[in-house]
Formats: sequence, structure tokens, C-alpha cells
Amino acid sequence: MRVVLAEDLFLLRDGLVRMLEAYGFEIAAAVESGPELARALTELEPDVAVVDVRLPPTHTDEGLQCALRARQDRPGLPVLVLSQHVEQLYARELLADGSGGVGYLLKDRVFDAEQFVDAVRRVAAGGTAMDPQVIQQLLSRQAAGDRPLAQLTPRELEVMELMAQGRSNAAIAGQLVVTERAIAKHTSNIFAKLGLEVSDDDNRRVLAVLAYLDRER
Amino acid sequence: MNTDTKSGGAGGRTREVVLAAVRGFVLALAMLPVAVLVFTLAVVSIATIPIGIGIVTTPYVLGGVRDFADVRRRLAAEWCGVRIPSAYRPIPPDANPWARCFGMLRDPQVRRDLRWLLVDMTAGYLTALLPAVLLLYPFEGFAVAAGLWRVLADGQTYWYGFVPVTDQPTALGAGATAAVLLVAAYRLAPRLLLVHFRLTRAVLGADQGELAERVRVLTETRRDAVDTSAAELRRIERDLHDGAQARLVAMGMDLGTIELLLDKDPEQAKRLITQARRNSVEALEELRDLVRGIHPPVLAERGLGDAVRALALRLPLPVDVDVELTGRAEAPVESAGYFAVSEVLTNAVKHSGADRIWVDLHHADDMLRITVTDNGRGGAAIGAGSGLAGVERRLGTFDGVLAVSSPEGGPTMVTMEIPCALS
Repeated sequence: MRVVLAEDLFLLRDGLVRMLEAYGFEIAAAVESGPELARALTELEPDVAVVDVRLPPTHTDEGLQCALRARQDRPGLPVLVLSQHVEQLYARELLADGSGGVGYLLKDRVFDAEQFVDAVRRVAAGGTAMDPQVIQQLLSRQAAGDRPLAQLTPRELEVMELMAQGRSNAAIAGQLVVTERAIAKHTSNIFAKLGLEVSDDDNRRVLAVLAYLDRER
Repeated sequence: MNTDTKSGGAGGRTREVVLAAVRGFVLALAMLPVAVLVFTLAVVSIATIPIGIGIVTTPYVLGGVRDFADVRRRLAAEWCGVRIPSAYRPIPPDANPWARCFGMLRDPQVRRDLRWLLVDMTAGYLTALLPAVLLLYPFEGFAVAAGLWRVLADGQTYWYGFVPVTDQPTALGAGATAAVLLVAAYRLAPRLLLVHFRLTRAVLGADQGELAERVRVLTETRRDAVDTSAAELRRIERDLHDGAQARLVAMGMDLGTIELLLDKDPEQAKRLITQARRNSVEALEELRDLVRGIHPPVLAERGLGDAVRALALRLPLPVDVDVELTGRAEAPVESAGYFAVSEVLTNAVKHSGADRIWVDLHHADDMLRITVTDNGRGGAAIGAGSGLAGVERRLGTFDGVLAVSSPEGGPTMVTMEIPCALS
């Protein structure tokens, strides 16, 4: 699997390259600025891009803008965005086109190599990887005064959080140490309670939940 | 005989008189064409603002007017010791032509400059020329008396000043008048030049009262700014010291212990590794919060509009954010605006009992206007432990103001205005 990596801090870039290579990824390019990233994304056609939000030369959200533009040219281009801070505002922009293949994680998440690499693979396969903090923020915002959410049991809430992060039923079952069947039951309950249309497609399911959590009240 | 005690005798006095005459002469001759030129350019440039050209040219022309006025200010100080205070409003170097043009036109000092050009072309010109005329004209009188009248009054009456010259006796009268004029020039020439510069100061100089008030406000807001920033630095130091720094120390210690235990007690070492990792995550978390408090990342990345949108998304209440900003303000202004909105929003969430908040940001007439409205119970006031006084002080550093309208029963509307240009 070919990866384009954009990160301006040498130590982090180097570390990420080594980690991804150790897990069998091929680094098509490891760049350190916005213009280089834009060129790499169009010329190298990677399977997935791992991009830092803040890049030179502007040191603003150049990386994010680059990723969003590249996804306009090539819808569904898998992009995993990394940042020192997560903002719902950015998550919303990444999810806006509804085509999946999007990840948005805190840089801290690379501490857990297994989970991080799992996120990269998921995004590359067209799935979603949302940072737990984004989901927490969405939940705490909706929790006050949202009746359907209040009807969820604590266990269902837990399952929904993990699902919104983009985990598959199997992964959720593994993490909560229950059977996949139990998780399937929880998810159908969740969808019934929130009044969402049930879908077999994992990613569509995630996007539906995220859209529900991020809707305007 | 010499009344001027500063110069060293009659020679010095003569030099002074001649110098004043020469300076006035040069001033009048050199400055008049320039004054006419820049004034014409200014009028033409301002007149073409409606068709767009003037917006680009006016700042340059007004800059030229200012340079011209500055030359006169310098000469006034060097030649006659007349200090002409100026009080131009600062224009940000990266302001767009529109903001630059109208910012300058609104500046009272620039308006004074233009008014002064008119005066300088007329009364200013005459007062500058007078010392030279007063000094040179008597010599014509002497020449007339000495015999020049024969040529000039050839069969008709030649007027020297108010003296009709027709023959030798009247020519001598002209000579006497010339002598009186010369004495007057000797006494008055330096003072006449002084009159010119005093006139310039009266029209061009900034009002002292206005300046004094400005100084008072600046002194006060500067003190506030220094106090706030010192308090901020202390808070940051404390947070780093008790937070991230302490955690890194703990991590270092854990790593040392792990090194020791690696072979002897791998189980315990593993436990410590987990602990060290948790500490690193928490240190990062604390640093993130600290950074958000110093300068929120979204503000740096996207500017005020999106930073306020991101802030609104973090609040437990629905907040409608309406942004109409065509560019970005300077970083310090953005920061002040952001923290002001943040404080007002926190207030609304904590105390108002509102279930909906509206934030409106827009920029017009070189003024950033922010209104925060909530449908809560009202009764908010500056002071009363609301934190609004702190916001008011912070905004004061940027000449910003805050107004609160919060009748008992609500709604509450907080309006903030900060003068600034967008780039």
C-alpha cells in the first residue's frame, strides 16, 4: 500500500516513516510543505495520504486545505489528517462530501502503533477514523436535551462512540470483550432509537451516526 | 541700541535680518508651486474616488501632502524654534487600498493638512515673502532718491509705495520712506518669519487638548496591557511548572526505574511503561489546553471567524455564528477579539440561563463589530463580578469599547467594537 506522508517536523516525519514501513507500507513520498504535498498527491496517486494540518509555508491549515482540494479533484481519495488539536469544525469539513475515506486524529494517537496503523488501513479502504475527542465533543454537545440519545443505555452509548470513531463490529467486539453478535444487536438498537436507516455498509453506517451527532439543533 | 540680546551685536542682528529675508523668500518661491501642485493633485485624486482611481492614488497623494507638511514642521523647528505637533493616525502597513484611503481621509490631521495647504498658498505665501520685500524695497527707494526717478518718472508720476515721485524733492521723500521701511525691516523681519510659522502652527498643529487626552488614554491602557500580560505570563509559568514539566520529570524517573527493572521484574517494568505513556498523554493534553489559552490554534490557522465558529461548537448551547469579514485583522487584534468573545460566551453560558446564543462578527468603516446576544434572563452589567470589566480593559488596549444592554428579564446584548483594518 503506497502512502504519501506530509509532516514538517523532521523527528515526527522520520518516526512515522519508520513505523509505517515496519508495518509493510510503501512510502511513496515523505514531504514537508503544502506545495510539495499537492504535487505528490496529483503525481503519485497514493492509496492513502497521511497529512499534518499545519504545514509550511503559511503554517496555517495548509495541509488540510491541500487534502480537501485533492479530494475535490479525486473524490474519495483516502486522507488521514493529523493535528496537535482536534476541532469539530475541521472534522465537519472533512466529512462534508460524504464519500468516506477520511480520518482525523490527534497526533498523540501514533503512540499506539497498532491502533494508528489500523486507522490508516481503515481510511485507505474507504472507511472512517475519527478521533475519540471529536466524538466526545459531539456527544457532550448533543447530550443536553437530546431525547433519543438519552434513551440509549450506557453500553449502547459506548458502542455508538466506538462506531462513530469508525470501528467495525468485529473491532468493537474485540475492544469490549463481547461477541460480534452482541455488538450487532446493540447497533440495530441504536439505529432504531435514533431513527436512522439501517445499512449493511459499514462506512455508510458510520457517516449516518456522525451526521446525526453533528446535526444542528 | 540692539534690543535682541541673543545675537552678539549689530552685525549679528543684520545677519539675522538678512537670513530671515532669504529664508522667507526661498520659502515663498519654492513652496508656492509645490503647495499648488499637491493641493491640485489631492483635489483631483479625491474627486476620482467614486470611479475607483482615487482609492489607489489618494493614499500616495496624501502621503505626499504629509511629507510636504513635515518639511515645513522641520523648518519651523530649525529656523524659528516653533514646534508644530502632528498626530497622524497609524495605518497598518498591510492595509488594503480601500482601508488605507478612507482611513487617511478620516484622520483629522490629514484634513488639517489639506486646510493648511489653502492657507499656505495665500496668507502663508504673503507672510513668508514680507521680510524679503521689506528688506529689498527700501533699496529701490534709495535708488529712486539717488536719481533713478528720472528714468522711472519720465514725464509722469511714479509711485514709490504711497509717495508720488515727480521730481527730486519727492524722490528724496521716497528715499526717506525707504529709510523708515528699512528700519522697520531691521526690527521686524525675523519676527515676520515667526508670524509665518505661528500661522502654520495654528492651522496645521494638532490640538493640544486632544493630544493630552490621547496621552492619558494611552498611558492607562498601556498600564492595563502590561498588567494583563504579566499576569498571563505568571499563569503560564505556573501551569507549565505544575503540569507538563512535572509530568516529564515523572516520566524520566519512571524510565530510569524501568531500565533497572527490565531484567529483574519485567511485569513491574511493563506496568511502569504504561504509566509513563499515560503521563506523556496527559502532559500533551495539558500543553494543548495551555496553548489554547495562549493562542488558540484555529485562530492562527483560520482567523477570527472560524476560531469563533470552532469555539461555538465547543459550547453546550446552540450558538449561531454569523461572520462577515473580508480579510484578517492583525494578530493582536484577532487575539483580543477572540478572548473577548470567549469570555462573553462563557458568561452567557454560566449566568444567563439562555438556551440560544447569537454571535455576529462584521467589519465596516474600519471597525470590527462583534455582538453576542442571548435569550437569557438579563441583568448583566459591567463589573458585578461578571468578567466584563476585564474584557473592557483588554479591548481598551486597542481603543476598543464594550457596551452591555441587559434589561431585567433579558435579552442580553453585548456589543464590542475595535478599530482596525483588515488585510
